[in-house]
Amino acid sequence: MKILVCIGNVPDTTTKIRFDEQMKNLDTNGVQWVINPWDELALTKALEIKEQSNGKIEKVSIINVGKADAEPTLRKALAIGADDAFRIDADPVDAYFIAAQIAEVAKQEKFDIVFAGKESSDFNDAAIGSMIAEFMDINSVSAVTSFELADGNISLKREIDGGKETISVKTPFVAIVQKGICINPRIAAMRGIMMARTKPIKVSPAIETETLIEYQKFDLPQPKAACKIIDPEETDKLVDLLHGEAKVI
Amino acid sequence: MSIIVFSENRNGKLKKNSIEAVVYAQSIAAATSKPVVAVSVGNVDDQELALLAKYGATKIVSVTDQNWLAHDSREYTKLVAEISEKENADTILFSHSNMGKAIAPRLSVRLKAGLISGVVALPESFAPITVKRKAYNGAAFQLVTVKSDKAILTLNPNSCAIKENPVSLNIEPYTPQTAYNAETKIESVDVVTGKVILTEANIVVSGGRGLKSGDNWNLIEDLATVLNAGLACSRPVSDEGWRSHEEHVGQTGKIIAPDLYIAVGISGAIQHIGGVSGSKVIVAIDKDKDAPIFKYADYGIVGDAFAVMPKMIESFKKFKNS
Ligand SMILES: Cc1cc2nc3c(=O)[nH]c(=O)nc-3n(C[C@H](O)[C@H](O)[C@H](O)COP(=O)(O)OP(=O)(O)OC[C@H]3O[C@@H](n4cnc5c(N)ncnc54)[C@H](O)[C@@H]3O)c2cc1C
Repeated sequence: MKILVCIGNVPDTTTKIRFDEQMKNLDTNGVQWVINPWDELALTKALEIKEQSNGKIEKVSIINVGKADAEPTLRKALAIGADDAFRIDADPVDAYFIAAQIAEVAKQEKFDIVFAGKESSDFNDAAIGSMIAEFMDINSVSAVTSFELADGNISLKREIDGGKETISVKTPFVAIVQKGICINPRIAAMRGIMMARTKPIKVSPAIETETLIEYQKFDLPQPKAACKIIDPEETDKLVDLLHGEAKVI
Repeated sequence: MSIIVFSENRNGKLKKNSIEAVVYAQSIAAATSKPVVAVSVGNVDDQELALLAKYGATKIVSVTDQNWLAHDSREYTKLVAEISEKENADTILFSHSNMGKAIAPRLSVRLKAGLISGVVALPESFAPITVKRKAYNGAAFQLVTVKSDKAILTLNPNSCAIKENPVSLNIEPYTPQTAYNAETKIESVDVVTGKVILTEANIVVSGGRGLKSGDNWNLIEDLATVLNAGLACSRPVSDEGWRSHEEHVGQTGKIIAPDLYIAVGISGAIQHIGGVSGSKVIVAIDKDKDAPIFKYADYGIVGDAFAVMPKMIESFKKFKNS
């Protein structure tokens, strides 16, 4: 079996979000680019199950839709332990476009399991994993918080409101994962970083895909009014304000 | 043309977010004169379905076939596609919930309908639909237009104000043409009962590292009990195992939008705020007056949580009993 993990290249989560004058594009000055946090968890889990599979899982590949400036992030993922990488050389226009590209590779290369994070930390679409599955007409399980592979059987846990379901699923499928799938992302060791330098990144052009939506512009939230500070001795007053002024209790 | 709302239920009770989605659809209907068709899958009785009509659903397509009760994303996508075609829908609304996020993107591909997810407000224009969504974990909004003939939106909580718009009840029991052929199987379900569900709670009480240890959580739990609130925590709290990761809110945890969020001993890191910035009102209790949480809070108490919380619990109790 072969696993493909989607790797988004996103601004570090502490980035101060600012835009150009037209409010069209993120001001990327000084931005540190990182692996999308959930993709990092997905990769960690994929590597774990490969190691525990007694050779049943031959390899873990990664894929990114992006220009050459995404390669440092791909190298990081290779250093963490992925075997090889695909990069579709195109601007990651929107979720639909990205998913179409990834689905094409997953189909051509006959991947059995595709891992995607629950969303990307920049646009928060929460769409790519499910879209890949529909493009390929295969199963998808969302909100996956646990993934076990035993005797060739796959058992997942899916979060539902107020609980979880245990689900068995047939390959091929897309697992859309979130917190819980593993606790901490794996960190690249020195040896991994050395080895990553020679691992292959296969670059290919994008397939033609129509666009269904158009981004107009960004907007920043209104600054909040100053916080009303209440004396720690006057908790009754807080209750009064929440009831009378804010009307939330 | 019509507007479809995919409504969700838990054990036969409609979810609040689904009612909100009907209200949202009704606002589009008012501007475009399209009917609002709600789709319900599961054992929801007529009395409960009547709620959808109370908020403006002119027709309710109700699928109660036992085969269709188990959520499989691929099969549910086919089902909604089938009903959308039958109802000649050009706008399809979901909640931005686990289920909505599992189906809406698949449907977008299946119907070649532009998807705008995480919508936070009513559309700014209707033909084509242009609407504001959340990006960068709430640090920005993004205005997006659908270019395709059909549009799919997933709605964040509080994307519109709830108001009634009663229409006459019209339930159409429906047997899908598509056969249910899921390749996923739900082996078991594990539901926590008696607890307020975090993602749907009107009030949430949340604790951070400032509480020092999981043993001190009675302070958070007691307040939550008084307020009938959901429980949440910051990431280090769940990473340390003080609380289960199901309570972790923030960028990498759950995203919530209650009416009232009470943060206790939480510094207000940007990744934490990403998960709670949709709250209507934020209250912060922290001993450090310079903690960033006070920049996001509406009301704050600067003080030691171990001294403040018992007093606060008493004040809320007094209020509840009055
Ligand atoms: C990629 C990434 C993703 C992340 N995702 C998340 C996320 O989803 N959610 C999240 O929460 N964090 C997330 N974080 C972590 C985040 O950066 C912060 O480290 C975390 O939110 C801090 O948690 P805290 O506020 O509980 O702890 P601290 O920052 O340690 O704050 C504790 C607060 O308690 C106060 N305090 C201490 N003692 C008392 C007392 N006796 N009474 C009152 N107040 C007291 C202190 O003054 C302080 O303000 C993420 C980080 C990264 C890098």
